[in-house]
This record gives sequence, structure tokens and C-alpha cells, in this order.
Amino acid sequence: MLKDITIGQFFPADSVIHRLDPRFKIVMTLLFIIMLFTGQSVVSLVFGIAYTLTAILLSKIKLKMFAKSIKPLMPFLLVTALLNILFVSGGTVYFHWKFLKITSEGINVSVVMIIRIIVLIAGSSLLTYTTSPITLTDAVERLLSPLKKFKFPVHELAMMMSIALRFIPTLIEETDKIISAQKARGAEIDTGSIKDRAKNLVSILVPLFISAFRRADELATAMECRCYCGGEGRTRLRQLKSAPRDYIALAVTIGFFACVIVINIIY
Amino acid sequence: MAVLKTEELTYIYSQGTPFEKTAVDHVNLEIKEGEIIGIMGHTGSGKSTLIQHFNALLKPTSGKVYLDGRDIWADKSQIREVRFKVGLVFQYPEYQIFEETVYKDIAFGCRNMRLSENEIKRRVTETVHDIGLPEEILSCSPFELSGGQKRRVAIAGVMAMNPRVLILDEPSAGLDPVGRKRIFDCIKAYHKKTKNTILIVSHSMEDIATFADRILVMNKAGIFCFDETPKVFSRAEEISAIGLDVPQITRIFIELRKHGIDFGEEVYTVDSAREVILKYLRKRQGV
Repeated sequence: MLKDITIGQFFPADSVIHRLDPRFKIVMTLLFIIMLFTGQSVVSLVFGIAYTLTAILLSKIKLKMFAKSIKPLMPFLLVTALLNILFVSGGTVYFHWKFLKITSEGINVSVVMIIRIIVLIAGSSLLTYTTSPITLTDAVERLLSPLKKFKFPVHELAMMMSIALRFIPTLIEETDKIISAQKARGAEIDTGSIKDRAKNLVSILVPLFISAFRRADELATAMECRCYCGGEGRTRLRQLKSAPRDYIALAVTIGFFACVIVINIIY
Repeated sequence: MAVLKTEELTYIYSQGTPFEKTAVDHVNLEIKEGEIIGIMGHTGSGKSTLIQHFNALLKPTSGKVYLDGRDIWADKSQIREVRFKVGLVFQYPEYQIFEETVYKDIAFGCRNMRLSENEIKRRVTETVHDIGLPEEILSCSPFELSGGQKRRVAIAGVMAMNPRVLILDEPSAGLDPVGRKRIFDCIKAYHKKTKNTILIVSHSMEDIATFADRILVMNKAGIFCFDETPKVFSRAEEISAIGLDVPQITRIFIELRKHGIDFGEEVYTVDSAREVILKYLRKRQGV
């Protein structure tokens, strides 16, 4: 049940996208998001779709996985679409009732909006799907390192991020186990009345919190034992090195971005 | 008649993803009323997945599980009844304790069964006695107890529900020898008193050798062998070949046989080893 959560998951594979420098990947993802939202016309959206599809095909990750990451957001997408259809006006009027109007412009806007959000989710999922959490936080740390000059705790932030990411699957697994154990004692968790379920939530949350604190405590001790004392003077086993392919990928991304801007100016 | 029976039971984790894995592969087995069954197997051999099918926590990908001859998934409204009849104690059960007193935590299962307050009280006091803890402990917070005591409280929580089949997953994991012996003594006493069917999962043959009627050895998602304890031990060499721990005393006897000293029977406890050796010596003196 909980194991179906795919957001933020990493799917190891051997592909060009997997091998790209994570710093470049983060920058490219940011460019991609800006590109999607600066594009005004349908043509620029086509560019966004083409860009995402190419990246997905290169990543060797099944399209099904992306569908899975979009599925939980479907209700949100439908509500957005509905609001746009009903409240954006312009163009031909197909239907009119009191203050509600369905117009060609409204349908256009909502279709573009939905496609844009789906592309956005698929494209940004690609970042976590193809980058392991550790390299991802490494890259964040490196990208933010100029902020160290302003006494911003970059290393601590990256460490917190990597610990949090590292423990998501552990806590999910733990929750699954606790749920099973309480179900085995007859607790009604996915059946029964809402009142019973709410009461039984306590039987899951208490052990989960206790174990989270216990793990945090053990981890802190383990880190102290290894003489961890923050980022100062720390060296890295794996250095991030950029290769020609990273610059090529970045150039392609900037190329797409430029096209979208040009299209914006022309239309 | 068999209390528990499986028919071509198969379970596949994360079907349709790159992480797909068959954890239980076409397993057929029957367990009779009142038996004590030891379940052994490597980490990842499918034993934990298998036992979670017995009380309907997992739904088989294919195949069937029968409790008293009834398919447990035939009527979904009866799933909870199945869980009351088949009690499952998970590995490290102390991590699922959550109530503020020991009494309340042991009573949690009984309360879910909607028993009367008097009946709950009777069962909780009785079980706490069975599990070898003093009655005063009932008003304590479970988080003040020692690891071994917590473990026993957690087991008591399932025992108090008086399930017809009690399944324990590694009940002695992470305990010292004294704590281990206590747990196994409690389980033996419980079986003597209630005559309920018991399934115990364990890594170590030594723990279950002395009191299991039959032993199920799992390997690579399937049954490696499922037979009476002495017969399973007669295959000790094969069992250690798949990477399972055979009791030290059995290993010594296997080595002795390789050196030409054959005692002619399977030995898996120190006590029986003593008898076998004495018998052997007497025979030799007689000759």
C-alpha cells in the first residue's frame, strides 16, 4: 500500500541521463521549469514536451513509472482544469448558466495548463528517478556553497536533506510493519468506522514516533563515534567532475530555452 | 483435519516494477491441529512472507490459504475473524507497544475482539502469569521495562487473544541466552496448557530442535523440506549446504561419521548425544 509511493524514488540504471553530473541536472531541471512557464503559446509547449520525452527515452525508465507519479495528483489536476474551464472567458461561448460560462478560450487554457503540469511533474520526477539521493544532496551542497560566505549553514542543510531522504524508505517500511502488527491484533485500520480508525491511528503513530526518535538517537551516536563535526575540513570520496556530455546536455537545454523565448517574441 | 492448508500459494512483491520479486513460489503445505511447527530459512527465503498469509495480512498473488478447510479470502467480512483465530507475533514485537500501561497494551487485542471488561481482565491477568511476569507490572508503563520483559509483554498481547494458531516470528531474536530460554519455556508451557497449534520461525535449529514436532525448511521462496524433526535432521548436511545453522552437536556427529564412527542415529541435543554415546560405549565394551 505505502510501497506504491514513487515520488522521490531512485531507479538505478545505466543511461546517459543517470551518468550526467547531478549539478548540471539540477540546473537543467530549474531551466526546464522556467522554460515551461515562460512559454505562452502551444508551440512552446510542444518544445517542452519534446524536451521531456527525449530525456525520458534517454533515461531508459519505463513510462509507466511516470504515470504512477502523476496518478496521485490527478484530483488536483482535475480541479484546476474545472476552475479554468468555468472561469476563464473569451472566444466562442458554448454554454452559459448564470455566472458560469464555458468558452473556447477556457477550454484552451485548461488543456494547456493540464499538459503543462503533467510535463512539469514528469520532467522533475526524472531528476530524482535518475539521481541517487546522496549525489543529489552533494550537488545541492556544491551549488549552494557560495552562500557559505554569508554564514549560511550549507553543509548542515545538505546533511539534513540527505538524512531525511535516506530515512524516507526506512520509515515507510517501519510504518508498514507497525500497521501489519496492529492489524494482527485486530485493529481496524483500513476497515471499520471513521471513529475506530482515528482511534487506531494512535496505535501506529506512537510506535512510529518512538522508533524515529530511537533511530535519530542511534544515528547521532554513530556519527559522533566517527568523529563527525560538521562540514569544515571534510573531504569527499566521490568528487563531482563535469564531462563534455554535461556541457552538451546543458547546451541543448539552453537551446530549447532560447527557442521558447524566440517563439514568445515572434508570436 | 488440517487447521492450516495452502494450495499453490504464490506471492510476488512489487509486481510490474523493476523491483519485482517472487517471495513465495507455489507452496503447498498442511498443518494439523495442536502441532508445534518450526520454520527455518535464510533471510529472504520467504518465511516471513509465508506466515503473513496465514492471518490474511497479505493476499496471495495466486493460490489459496485454508483455515479449518475454509478459504480465508472467500468472504472479506470475515478477515478480522481470521486474525483472531490466527495470532501473529512479529519480529521485535516490543516496537509495536504503544499504550501507557502494560495492562492496556496486553488488553488491546482482546478489546478489538469486543470481549466483556471482566473477560479481558481475566485473560490479561492469566496471560501475564503464563508469560512469567509479576502481576504488579500491569500498572507500569511498558517503556520502563527491560528489553526481554517488553518482548514478553508484546507476546502476551497476542496470547491473550487465545488464537487457535499462534505464530511467532523469531521470538528470541536479540535476547541473551537467559531471555531466550525464558521465552521458549513460556511458549512450551502455553502449548501444554492450551494445546493450540504453534508455528515458530527461527534462524537457529538449536532453539526449535527440542520441541518442534515438524520442521519446515524454506529455501529460495519454496519448501526445501517439511518433515518430522528427526527426519529433517537426518538431512543436516544438505541443510548446512544451503547456509543454515545446524546445531553444534549435530555438526560434531557429522564429522565423527566422516571419520568412521557411526552412531546410527540423528543427534540434535546435548542430552540425546550423551545417551547415544553411552549406548555406543556399552555396546563396544560388550563386544
